[in-house]
Amino acid sequence: MLEIKSVTKTYPGVVANKCVDIAIKKGEIHAILGENGAGKSTLVKIIYGLIQPDSGSMFFNGELYIPDEPRFARNTGVAMVFQHFSLFEALTVAENVSLGMEHPPSATELSKNILKVSNEYGLPLDPNRLVGTLSAGERQRVEIVRCLLQNPSLLIMDEPTSVLTPQEVEILFETLRKLASQGTSILYISHKLEEIRELCNEATILRQGEVVASCKPSQKSARELAEMMVGSSLKIPARAKTSLGEPILEVFDLNLKATHQFGVSLRNIFLTLHKNEILGIGGVAGNGQDELLSVLSGENITPANTIKLNNLDIGNKSPNKRRAMGLLAAPEERLGHAAAPDMSLIENTFLTARVRKNLSKNGFISWRNTEIFAEKIIEEFDVRTPGANNVARSLSGGNLQKFVIGREILQMPDVLIVNQPTWGVDAAAAAAIRQSIMDLATNGAGIIVISQDLDELLEISDNFAALNSGKMSLPKPTKDLSMDEIGLMMAGNTNDAHSVFDHHNMVNNNAHS
Amino acid sequence: MLTLEKRSEPSQLWTALTPVLAVLLTMIAGGFLFIILGKDPFLALRIMFWDPLFDEMFGAYFRPQLLVKAGPLILIALGLSLGFKAGIWNIGAEGQYIIGAVCGAAVALAFYPTESLFIFPLMILAGGLGGWMWAMIPALLRTKFNTNEILVSLMLVYVAEQILNTLAIGLLRNPDGNGFPGSRNLQDYYSASNMEIWAGTGAHWGVVLALGFAVGFYILMNQHLLGFQTKLTGQSPRAAKFSGINPNLLIVVCLGLSGMLAGLAGIFEVSGPSGQITIGFNVGYGFTAIIVAFLGRLHPIGIVLAGLLMALTYIGGELAQMQLALPAAAIQAFQGMLLFFLLALDVFSNYKLSFKFGKVS
Repeated sequence: MLEIKSVTKTYPGVVANKCVDIAIKKGEIHAILGENGAGKSTLVKIIYGLIQPDSGSMFFNGELYIPDEPRFARNTGVAMVFQHFSLFEALTVAENVSLGMEHPPSATELSKNILKVSNEYGLPLDPNRLVGTLSAGERQRVEIVRCLLQNPSLLIMDEPTSVLTPQEVEILFETLRKLASQGTSILYISHKLEEIRELCNEATILRQGEVVASCKPSQKSARELAEMMVGSSLKIPARAKTSLGEPILEVFDLNLKATHQFGVSLRNIFLTLHKNEILGIGGVAGNGQDELLSVLSGENITPANTIKLNNLDIGNKSPNKRRAMGLLAAPEERLGHAAAPDMSLIENTFLTARVRKNLSKNGFISWRNTEIFAEKIIEEFDVRTPGANNVARSLSGGNLQKFVIGREILQMPDVLIVNQPTWGVDAAAAAAIRQSIMDLATNGAGIIVISQDLDELLEISDNFAALNSGKMSLPKPTKDLSMDEIGLMMAGNTNDAHSVFDHHNMVNNNAHS
Repeated sequence: MLTLEKRSEPSQLWTALTPVLAVLLTMIAGGFLFIILGKDPFLALRIMFWDPLFDEMFGAYFRPQLLVKAGPLILIALGLSLGFKAGIWNIGAEGQYIIGAVCGAAVALAFYPTESLFIFPLMILAGGLGGWMWAMIPALLRTKFNTNEILVSLMLVYVAEQILNTLAIGLLRNPDGNGFPGSRNLQDYYSASNMEIWAGTGAHWGVVLALGFAVGFYILMNQHLLGFQTKLTGQSPRAAKFSGINPNLLIVVCLGLSGMLAGLAGIFEVSGPSGQITIGFNVGYGFTAIIVAFLGRLHPIGIVLAGLLMALTYIGGELAQMQLALPAAAIQAFQGMLLFFLLALDVFSNYKLSFKFGKVS
C-alpha cells in the first residue's frame, strides 16, 4: 500500500535517513525499530508530510505520493498519533477532536460519531469530559479516535505505549489488531522489543538512518532484535548479590498540595528505603512523579518529620542542606531542570556539586576545581562532547543524561533519587547508566528509581511500588510480583482488584460485540 | 522563504557585534528622522556625536559633562544588570534615584551649617539606604503577594516624583530662597558638596565609585556565587530551584542592590552637578540606565562603554537643541530607537536567518 523508495534526508552534520526502502502492505502491522537517533521519527514525519526528503520517492496505492504538508497526508488517508499529545486540557474531548478536523460536523453529531467509533473499537470515551481530567491512556484514546474519524488507510503510532499501564497496552493492542483485520495498515514505532514481537507482522530495523534488516519479529528473540538495533552484542547490566542494609530514608505520611492547576497532589505517602536497596517506583506519567522527586530533593518542602534521612528530620530542609547530608537527586527533565541549557558543562557541574565538592569559599567560586570535577564526570561516564566548555544543550540526550547521572553518582551520595534515568537514551548508554546505579547500590547507597519503563524497573529494582494520582502503593519485593499485579498497582487498585478486571473484561467484550 | 533557525550555541560574534550594529542602524534611522524634521542629517549627527568632544569652541565645556552624565548612568545600570540577568525587572530606578537624593540631601540639610568630615559619608549612607528602601517595596510585595515588580517599581517612580515636588516646596525648601521652590544649594555647603576630584574632567566621587563598582561587578559576575545564581535563575528558573537557590532571597538581594546603587547615583548628583533638591531634579537617568544596561550586554565593561555613549547622546542632544532647534523629544526618540534596534538584533545571537527555496519533489 505504501512504498518508500530510497528516501534520504540530511541535516547539517547528520544523515537522518539514508536510502530508506520500506514497503507496507494492506492490513499489516509494520514495526519500525531503532534506537534513539536512528531516524525513526524523521521517517514518519516525512510520511506524514511534516518534513520534506532531500531525495527519494513514495508511492501510495501505486500512485506517486508527495505530501508537502500534513493536511495532504490526512486527505490521502494517512493519520498519525504522536508520542506527545497535542490536546487542550481546558477543552472537552469533543472540542479537542473537532479542532483537529478540516470540516468538523455539528457538536451533537460529532459526539455521536465519537461514541460510535469509541464503542466499535473498545475505546470508551465520554465526549463531554474535560481533557484535563483524563488519564494518559484516555488522552491517547482521544488522539486515536480523532484519527479513526478520518477513516485512515494508514495509521502511524509513535511510541504509543510509553504512557500506558500493561492492561491499557492490552486494550490498545486489541484495537490495533481489529483495525488491521479490517484492512487498515499500521506503522508502529517503538523500541520496546517484546511488544513488537507480540503485535507486529513485519519489522524494519533502522540504525544510523539506514535500513539494516527486516524480519518477522515473532521469529526472533528480543535479544536478537536488540543486537540488530544496536549493531553489536549487548552487555546486560549485572549486580553483585547483596542483602539490604538498615533503613536510611523514611517517608512518613507525606502530603503535598498540587502546585498548579493540572498538577498532582501527593497523598499519604509512606516508604522506607534501606542501604543497598534499589526501590523502583512505577506508574504512568503525570501521576505525581515530578512532585515526589521535588519533595524528596527539597525543591518543595514539607513538615520536618515527614522525611527522615539517617534518622534526622529533613522534610523542611533546602536542597543544599540535603545534599550536605548525603541525599542527591537527578530530575527527569534534563534541559531546564537537571541542567541549564545555555550554560557550560562546567557551570552545570557547579549547579549541584558546590556543597559536597567544596567548590566555593566565602561565596567565591573555584572554577578550576569545578572544571577538574567536570572533566572527571566526562571521562568516567563516557560523555561524548568536545569539551567541558560546551553548553549543555549541544549534547545529545543520552550524553547529557550520562553527565547528569554521573554528576550525582560521583558525589558519593548515601541516597540517590532519580526520575526516568534512561528516558530517550540509546540502549548502550541506558545499560551503562543502569550499571552505574546498581554499582552505587552495591556500595551501600539507597536508591529510588522513578520510571515509566517497567522493564527497567523489573531489571534493576529490589522492591517495587507504583504511583497513581499522587498515591503510592506500599513497596513489595519485585521478584514476587506478576505482571498483572504490577498493572493493578499502577492503576491504583491494589485492594479492589476485581473491579479493574471487570472493567477490562467489559472493554474486551465491547471490542468483540 | 525566510526562516529563523535556532543555533546550537549562542553566537559569540553576534553577541559582540549587536551593540555596534544597533548604534549604526540608530544613526541611519535617526538621519531619516532628521530629514523628516527638515534638518541636514549629516550636520545633525556631527553636532550630536562629534562636536561635543572635538569642537574647539564647545569641547572644553562639554567634555567634562561626558563623565558627569555617564557616572550615574553606569552606576544605576550596573545595579540593574544583576537583576535583569536573573529576570527580575526593576523598572523603577528613577524613583530609587530620587528617594536616594532626597534622603541624602535631607541629612546634609539637617546638619547645615555645621562643617564636619562625617557629613558627606553620612549623606552617602543615607542616599544608598533610601534607594534600597524604595526598592524593598516592590521586592516585598513580590515575595509576599506575588505582585508584578515591573508595575510596582514603575508606579513608585511617580510616587517618588510627588514626594520630591512636595519636599522641594515644603520641608526641604531653602529658608533663604525668597520663597522659590528648591532646597539650599549643597555645592555652596563645603562639607556636603561632591566636588570634582580633578578639575576640568568632570570626575566626581560618584564617577570614581561607578568605575570601582564596574570592576567589582565584573568579579561578582564571574567569580562569585551571586553572579552564578542570577545567571542561572534568568536562564532556567527550575534548574535554579533544583540547585538550591532561594528565588525570593534572590529577588530581595537583586532589587535591594539595584535600588541602593540608584540611590547612590541620586545623592552624588544632588550634592554635585545638580546641587539642590528641586522640582524636576530627575532627568530620566533611571530610565536611560535600562538602555545602558542592555546596550552594554549586562556586562560591566560593556555598561561602562554604553554609559559613555548614552552620556554623549545627552550632551550631543543638548547641543543639537541649541544649534538646530531640535525638540527634546527627538533625543528621547533617538535613545528609544537604540534600545529597539538592540533588542531586535539580539535575535541573531540565538538564531540564524536562512533562506529556503522551493520544495523537494
